[in-house]
Amino acid sequence: MKKLNNSRRNLLIHVVLIMGAAIMILPFVWMLLTSVKTLGESVQVPPKIFPDIFQWGNYPAVMKVLPFASFYVNTILMMAGRVIGSVLFSAMAAYACARLNFPGKNIFFGLVLFQMMIPGQIFIIPQFLIVQKLGLLNTVSALIVPGVVSAFGTFLLRQFFMGLPKDLEEAAKLDGCTIWQTFYKIMLPLSRSGLIALGIFTALFAFKDLMWPLIVNMSIDKMTLSSGLASLQGQFSTNYPQLMAGSLLGIWPMLLIFIIFQKRFISGIATSGGKL
Amino acid sequence: MISKNENSVEISMEKNIKVKKKISKSMLNEWKWGYIMILPTFIGLMALNIIPAIQTLILSFEKAGSFGKSTWVGLDNYKKLFQDPAIIQATYNTFKYTILSVPCIVVLSLIVAVLLNQKIKGTSVYRTIFFLPMVAAPAAIAMIWKWLFNSEYGLINYFLAMIGIAGPNWLSDPNVALISVVIVGVWSAVGYNMVLFLAGLQEIPKDYYEAANIDGATPLRQFFSITIPLVSPTMFFVVVTNFIGSFQVFDTIFMLTDPNNPAFKNTQSLVYLFYRSSFVLNDRGYGSAIVMFLLAIIMVITAIQLKCQKKWVNY
Repeated sequence: MKKLNNSRRNLLIHVVLIMGAAIMILPFVWMLLTSVKTLGESVQVPPKIFPDIFQWGNYPAVMKVLPFASFYVNTILMMAGRVIGSVLFSAMAAYACARLNFPGKNIFFGLVLFQMMIPGQIFIIPQFLIVQKLGLLNTVSALIVPGVVSAFGTFLLRQFFMGLPKDLEEAAKLDGCTIWQTFYKIMLPLSRSGLIALGIFTALFAFKDLMWPLIVNMSIDKMTLSSGLASLQGQFSTNYPQLMAGSLLGIWPMLLIFIIFQKRFISGIATSGGKL
Repeated sequence: MISKNENSVEISMEKNIKVKKKISKSMLNEWKWGYIMILPTFIGLMALNIIPAIQTLILSFEKAGSFGKSTWVGLDNYKKLFQDPAIIQATYNTFKYTILSVPCIVVLSLIVAVLLNQKIKGTSVYRTIFFLPMVAAPAAIAMIWKWLFNSEYGLINYFLAMIGIAGPNWLSDPNVALISVVIVGVWSAVGYNMVLFLAGLQEIPKDYYEAANIDGATPLRQFFSITIPLVSPTMFFVVVTNFIGSFQVFDTIFMLTDPNNPAFKNTQSLVYLFYRSSFVLNDRGYGSAIVMFLLAIIMVITAIQLKCQKKWVNY
């Protein structure tokens, strides 16, 4: 009796989850289907689900209008710059905050918390002016600048380091390791999962960042996927097959990476997102 | 005898001094490394965040003229702000967006998380699917929804017509447009918050549910008496961060509407106005005042939430 109940309950759960999952995935499926239709097919009523002939030509057509190759390169460089900078510098600062004693430590950590509590738009105008003054507008460096250090990363890794046992470090100290060696050879390898979580988090939000790339890089060959897609709308106004083809060109790399590494991704987001 | 004693005292004093010297040396070494290791982040934070925050505050009292020269105008920007109908409307829109979207996000992501926390097959597949919108660029998400919302050829109105409902002009009807933005916002955010809830749910000991089962508590009762109280710290976190995020809504609005849209006024948010004033109209002083106003709102709301948490969050 109880077993029967249980399986009925599970069935009900599956029904609800499948309905939810359908709502999440259908827009993507429709995006794919629309992207291979002709303009005429896309506006048929009632909607035509599959095109007569798959119009893969929509993809090269979009790539001819927008420099997707540059978008990919710019996006990857931006993500790499921000990930390397924020993970490396945050790990250093976090180690100092978690394990070392020095005057002014609390003031520094206060600055970190202050940055985290304030909405990011507060910094944008002066950051823009800095980039402008340095003559970096319309460069890849401009994209990296605001993410090169990370208050959030410092906070996250400090929490992470504080949760690790001190035995190994003390042993290393007795063996004559310098502070830097202890950090570099003991702490960093021990906290791999924390560093990866921060890296994934940083990469994902760099990828999704829209306002900053929109502001600093107006010339089309210096745009990221995120801001480049935003300009797509202006180019094709209502040619939805091509708009959808362009959108898919913009999101497939991240979707693919996510689907391959979904466990890492989700656990990374769970550990870092929960501390934001 | 005496001299021997004096000698030993001297020796011990010398030892003391030596030890002190040694400590201070290792202490100095620790200080040195502390400063070296925080240096990059410290410089970055100062240059990119702390000083800019102060500059934005100062800018909000200035009017940026041509050639990058600004003049002090006192509270003029703020006076203008509180009389600007666009700001009043945007503030109203931002509040409405937040109040509509946050409860939907919290409730839906909690429900999905609870269902995925059951012993069923395929949880990782579901989890992946629900998380998908999170890894898509906001511009792409907005474009696909614009297409779904299309009043003539959109899939949504087609489905509504099938069940006999005449769908609205989702994006250009001033009464509906903001709701459309909320739908996109909720759809995009459920997966992310579900992951956070799932992490919170997994920390609840299974024994509690077993004990409740033995006592004959219904699943619904268990949800309200065990799950909700024990997941309340996570829920508090989700509520606070989503409030802050919703007040900063920009991407979807930027993509879904444009100044030619009849519903434009009814959808633009404070951050959107900030963007327009600062970077399209190049009135940085006014843009700074808008963002300071936003900061004030967010601080007040967050302070209220921190105060209220004692009433419903169990630590």
